[in-house]
Amino acid sequence: MKYLYYPGCSSESTGKPYEESMLSVFKALEIPIEELEDWNCCGATTYMAINELKAFALCARNFALAERQVEGEEEINLVAPCAACYLGLNKAQHYLGEFPEIRTKICEGLHAAGLESTGRVRVRHPLDVLVNDIGLEKIASSVTKPLEGFRVACYYGCQIVRPYAEFDDQHRPTTMDRLMESLGAEVIDWPIKTRCCGGSLTGTVQECGLRLSAMILNEAKNRGCNVIATACPLCQFNLECYQSQMKRQYRYEFKMPVAFFTQLIGVAFGISKRKLGLQRLFLPLPDVSKVAVCPLPSPSETKASVGGSNVPS
Amino acid sequence: MSQVEIGSNGTPKIGVYVCHCGINISQKVEISETVEFAKKLPYVTVAREYKFMCSDPGQELIQQDIREGLVDRVVVASCSPLMHEHTFRGAMAAGGGNPFLFQMANIREHVSWVTVDKKAATKKAKALIAAAVERIALHQPLERVQVPVHPDVLVVGGGIAGIHAALTLADSGKKVYLVEREPTIGGHMAKFDKTFPTLDCSACILTPKMSAVGAHPNITLWTYSEVIKVDGYVGNFKVQVKRKPRYVDEEKCVGCLECIKACIFKEGKFRNEFDEGLSKRKPIYIPFPQATPLVAVIDPETCIQFKTGKCKKSCAEVCAPEAIDFEQTEKIKEIEVGAIVLATGFKTFDAARVSRYGYGKYPNVYTSLEVERLVNAAGPTGGEVLLHNGEKPKAVGIIHCVGSRDVNTNPYCSRVCCMYSLKLAHLLQERTGAEIYDFYIDMRTPGKGYEEFYERVSHEKIHFIRGRVGEVTDWAMEPEEVGKLVMRAEDTLMGAVRRVPVDMVVLSVGLEPQKDVEEVRRIFNIGCSYEGWFLERHPKLAPVSTFTDGVFLAGACQGPKDIPDSVAQAGAAASEAMAIVDRGYVELEPNTAFIVEDLCSGCKTCVSICPFSAISFDEEKKVAVVNGALCKGCGTCVAACPSGALQQNLFTDEEIFHEIKGVVSYV
Repeated sequence: MKYLYYPGCSSESTGKPYEESMLSVFKALEIPIEELEDWNCCGATTYMAINELKAFALCARNFALAERQVEGEEEINLVAPCAACYLGLNKAQHYLGEFPEIRTKICEGLHAAGLESTGRVRVRHPLDVLVNDIGLEKIASSVTKPLEGFRVACYYGCQIVRPYAEFDDQHRPTTMDRLMESLGAEVIDWPIKTRCCGGSLTGTVQECGLRLSAMILNEAKNRGCNVIATACPLCQFNLECYQSQMKRQYRYEFKMPVAFFTQLIGVAFGISKRKLGLQRLFLPLPDVSKVAVCPLPSPSETKASVGGSNVPS
Repeated sequence: MSQVEIGSNGTPKIGVYVCHCGINISQKVEISETVEFAKKLPYVTVAREYKFMCSDPGQELIQQDIREGLVDRVVVASCSPLMHEHTFRGAMAAGGGNPFLFQMANIREHVSWVTVDKKAATKKAKALIAAAVERIALHQPLERVQVPVHPDVLVVGGGIAGIHAALTLADSGKKVYLVEREPTIGGHMAKFDKTFPTLDCSACILTPKMSAVGAHPNITLWTYSEVIKVDGYVGNFKVQVKRKPRYVDEEKCVGCLECIKACIFKEGKFRNEFDEGLSKRKPIYIPFPQATPLVAVIDPETCIQFKTGKCKKSCAEVCAPEAIDFEQTEKIKEIEVGAIVLATGFKTFDAARVSRYGYGKYPNVYTSLEVERLVNAAGPTGGEVLLHNGEKPKAVGIIHCVGSRDVNTNPYCSRVCCMYSLKLAHLLQERTGAEIYDFYIDMRTPGKGYEEFYERVSHEKIHFIRGRVGEVTDWAMEPEEVGKLVMRAEDTLMGAVRRVPVDMVVLSVGLEPQKDVEEVRRIFNIGCSYEGWFLERHPKLAPVSTFTDGVFLAGACQGPKDIPDSVAQAGAAASEAMAIVDRGYVELEPNTAFIVEDLCSGCKTCVSICPFSAISFDEEKKVAVVNGALCKGCGTCVAACPSGALQQNLFTDEEIFHEIKGVVSYV
């Protein structure tokens, strides 16, 4: 099965290391993948909030392009690593399937541009593809440098599991946890792995967005993890890039590396740092060869420090 | 092809009677115009209108016309045949006519109630009347067949509903078979500690009824058994019951428990189903001390003898009556009964499906049924409410509507959860002195003494918070939350999100249909609602009947129900069953299929597809034969017969073609 890759805008900018590491990992696993030609914006949350029909039209054009690019296959797997793209495209495909009046309008529009979307496209997240199509066994067998000493908090964010729980539980997903374990990492169990990171609030109502991100970092820290793995460019950006600002605001420094889950797979596969875009991270991954691994804090030692009064729920 | 011709019973004299149904029909259908139209239809001798045709004077109109020889066939244009066909057929018979020379035109449900435009409604009413007139000209006089009824009754399910139905029937002198799947009767009620709203002890009111069942001379109790096949029809059901081997002879076992003490497992090691897994049992066990029958059962999945064949069988050694029988096998019992009461109950919602409440992840998140066992004096902790670490909870949160009133799980209200949550809140507060936080969406307490119970509990220092809980986590944000379960919910009365740290969470799980409801439904040939509850014949007026005559429903298998309602329904089902049995005979409708032997090619297609096994094959004549007593008139064979040899009374091809002609030819 061949996969089509839908990069989305973030992979060209802040999410560059996500694209670099994902394609490197796909290459290492010999998964055939090619980029969707002439792709356009997914509409993301902004369009969806203002004019759904236009957002669906943007997505549908991508589906039509995919159908044109891959002929003769009953199902086309369109891999969208960005959580917002994944959700937007998924939502569009659901609505086109469920609401004939929307489908008719969109199809008319596509037709005017000489395009056609018949519903052959299945929107996939790379996490789903890697774990459910490729399988943990194959991934584990490709590991050359097990992630020993990595204590990973898997952070899924909200958009890849809600509202469409296509491949995992809506509130307590485990796909990434199992993936990280297969790489030899220790996985921290925590209950807020799908809680909101603040999304675009960090750019609009910063006080609010920052607080939401800080709560996640704080809990990850309390649980004794040394890296957070994410599956969304915006989550990664929010959690990583504002830590110095949080330090000023809450007088607490997290110093918590936040990486894309694909980067961690790449590290375990022994892929070079540059091919994984590791040099682009603000906070480097923990150098576990030098750090002595200390025991996990017991629940009674766990402090509800920064969260506390500064960070209300 | 048809054997029926108009006039084969003399020239038809058809009477058409159009009903106003108060204003239900007349406000949309021009009645007098319809009557004038009907007068002109072929063979119509009389056409009249009346305000309420179903009333006595209305029926008298028909009867008088029959008596005076004006009509011999009748069309009533009124409501649905489901509503009043029976009434008018009775009127026909009382007037001296044949009840099957009658046809209804449904101009209420099919016309006036569903049509906006008066002209269109009148036009459609005329078409339906013409169709009925066209068809009835071909009707043949038919007779109902009477068959005797078997006097015994089968009750399926030994929960409180089945127990009550069985006792009611047995007390009236009927011989009852009570079949229960589990090793003991008692159902869910046996697991409860107290019952709402009176707080009387569940066991104290249930176990006398259980032992009455066990001792009743008219009741044959088969536990650990399942109905696997039902043939026949109302009054004459042939039922196969599978009796699973319990490896202990019920006749010999005296319930002394010596075998259980002697089992080579010194302590219980396997999940105790009766305690919802909160305790362990041995491979040989009796579910609870008042089990009926008080007979041990061996679980072959865990018994060493069954697994390896190398146990020293100490249980058998100590058994003085020599009741233990490792060689016991499954037995199939065949019985005949006249009526069946289904009381197969419910299952509780699987709380793990709502992952955000952490059931199965955090050990101190319990289901309400588990807490019933915890507060029960005969339960795993002797009635002390202890967490898994042996400590008493200082704060307990109760979440209503888990698996109810939620489009992601079940949209319906499970009806009992608010009341049992209040009961558990009261009991937990009483036993532990803990702070109780009760999260509800709406408090639903309709019932005798229910609202008063809510009022009483609301004065017991229980914190009621209106809001559906969003999540239960071990995510501590404040120092006092460390090591606790934190419940997050929007308090919709306060208008704020609250975090409540507790030691124990109780999930008030909703009620769901049993897992094998589809299979059971097929066996008894009844219907299910969308959710899987057994479907009653009419939600208001026939709430314990089903669409299969002679099969009745009792208790929660028909929909979520509390104990008082289950018992009331069980009594109703028992008396409906009794009505059939006591009458001694049933009349079978004559709308059955029949074979035109000359046309039958002997292909046997009909034999294999008949869902009621009513068709056999005569090897000598090489034709199919329909057993009129077994035929339910479903028409499957008629549609399938490739040579048109199968016809059905009241639904011959000619009758249907004329009906179609009536619809399309006159208006």
